Amino acid sequence: MRNGFGISMNKSEETISISNNNGENLLVLLEEEQRKSGYLSQEFITALAQSLDTPVSEIYGVISFYSFLSNKLQGRNIIRICKNLPCFLKNSELIIKCITQELGIKPGQTTPDGRFTLVLTNCIGACDKAPAMMINNDIYGDLTPQKITKILESYK
Amino acid sequence: MPEKHIVLRNCGVINPEDLTSYTARGGFQALKKALSIGPEQIIKEIKESGLRGRGGAGFPCGLKWEFTRNTKEQSKYLICNADEGEVGTFKDHFILENDPFSLIEGIAIASYAIGVKKSYIYLRGEYHNLSGRLQNAINQAKENKFLTHVNIEIREGAGAYVCGEESALMDSIEGKRGEARFKPPFPTDKGLWQKPTVINNVETLMNIPQIILNGAAWFNQIGTERSKGTKVFSVSGDVACPGVYELILGSSLKELLINISQSDNIKVVQIGGATGRLVPGTAIDTPLSFESVLGAGSITVFNETRNIMDIVYHTMEFLAEESCGKCTPCREGTEVMKLIIDKFRCGNGTQHDMQLLTELSSAMSLASLCGLGQAAPNVITDSMQYFRDVYESLIPANLRGVKA
Ligand SMILES: Cc1cc2nc3c(=O)[nH]c(=O)nc-3n(C[C@H](O)[C@H](O)[C@H](O)COP(=O)(O)O)c2cc1C
Ligand code: FES
Repeated sequence: MRNGFGISMNKSEETISISNNNGENLLVLLEEEQRKSGYLSQEFITALAQSLDTPVSEIYGVISFYSFLSNKLQGRNIIRICKNLPCFLKNSELIIKCITQELGIKPGQTTPDGRFTLVLTNCIGACDKAPAMMINNDIYGDLTPQKITKILESYK
Repeated sequence: MPEKHIVLRNCGVINPEDLTSYTARGGFQALKKALSIGPEQIIKEIKESGLRGRGGAGFPCGLKWEFTRNTKEQSKYLICNADEGEVGTFKDHFILENDPFSLIEGIAIASYAIGVKKSYIYLRGEYHNLSGRLQNAINQAKENKFLTHVNIEIREGAGAYVCGEESALMDSIEGKRGEARFKPPFPTDKGLWQKPTVINNVETLMNIPQIILNGAAWFNQIGTERSKGTKVFSVSGDVACPGVYELILGSSLKELLINISQSDNIKVVQIGGATGRLVPGTAIDTPLSFESVLGAGSITVFNETRNIMDIVYHTMEFLAEESCGKCTPCREGTEVMKLIIDKFRCGNGTQHDMQLLTELSSAMSLASLCGLGQAAPNVITDSMQYFRDVYESLIPANLRGVKA
């Protein structure tokens, strides 16, 4: 095979197949389902265990390890407020208070209408814009109580 | 000036969505040169450059590559560690957002030198929004036939700090719980799927194209005796200008914090995040290098109004939460430390608690399985060294001087 520069690559190395990497990957499957359905249902887990020939307990073990995976039904939108030091210094506690009041739920809970689940999280890599939070995959920084209502409104 | 852009040279200059803007700045010339000089010569250059890992541990990069290249196994892997979970670190996010192409070129060169056909980029789940841009960079490089020798796949994490630790990361790519492994064997011998594996941080790989283009001698004259090149720092906390800065290694904390990011009244600085070190404001001349303090380059500044116990408590709370739980010293130690610090926070410490903290610290750093547990006591030992009076002031008067 020739690359962009016309320098030919070593033929024998190129044909070596990639081993052990063709099977289904448990974590990838769980992440896909989590993204699609918002949680991992009992039915899904049982069916997955059967199709992968893996004990259900092992699947639960993986789910409980990763904070983005959940076997409980969650809100349509997940708010993750950062609680680590750089955000704490910029008054993240006020933001937490403000959102819990606005939504009427505590961290770990879901609003009765299923619109939001609120969790506290560790550093999301936006410390230069502290205090920061994520809603689903979007990051919001330099938060103030004034900004909160407007941001929440944009999630249905 | 201590600022110098090697890693960040294209950030804000190129269009991160368009490969032609990267090639217009010499992009992929390093790969071309690498393919013409061959794997041995590449590894020789990287070794001579003195480049050390930027993910925290500072292991010599070329040596890691050489170990893996020289194994007899036919299949081996390269993993780019883009998990960036350390508290206060956001430089890899900045790099991925602004210049994904240099990273892809670095991976392409490394893969060729080590002889791997398959590379992974392990991207933390919190950075999901960057995966499209990264995939786009891979696709464009592939279309332009820069990746004929290697297949690069993005794998996303799912919210677990410890998965940035290399052995936990490999378990996570294998689809399991991300728990640390016993070492040896080291990843360069038995890594991903028990095959020889090189794991490098994003920033480490960003240096590769520039070293290949400009030569080891050029890189080697930048920095200090044992810390060559630059380091990208993430600065947060009580500073006027938080952000990402690239400085020549060996520059002082003062240059970064006073001159560049403009902070004052510094009480203490946490360098390297939760597993890092505390440096008191009085030691502002401390150089930033592997010989001194560095970690992954996160710098959080605390001014005189901040409470030391808040800093220690929040750090411990994070570590206790993120411990993978596989080994006892780390799983139990971090919890106990958190509880004891909470006692001091409430003014209910004892002399015995201080002694316990010291004993636990040495047990954990000796007996923990991975870097998390080994480094977890840092914040305790450092704060007890520099702010012992604060601990003592939080012991009720009638208990001071009482041993147990
Ligand atoms: C608890 C823990 C978390 C870590 N997190 C990261 C991380 O997010 N990114 C990273 O590059 N290295 C991280 N490391 C360091 C890696 O284990 C490893 O040393 C590094 O990826 C090697 O790459 P380098 O030689 O290029 O630095 C972590 C280590 C520990 C102990
Ligand atoms: S500490 Fe909150 S984003 Fe980093």
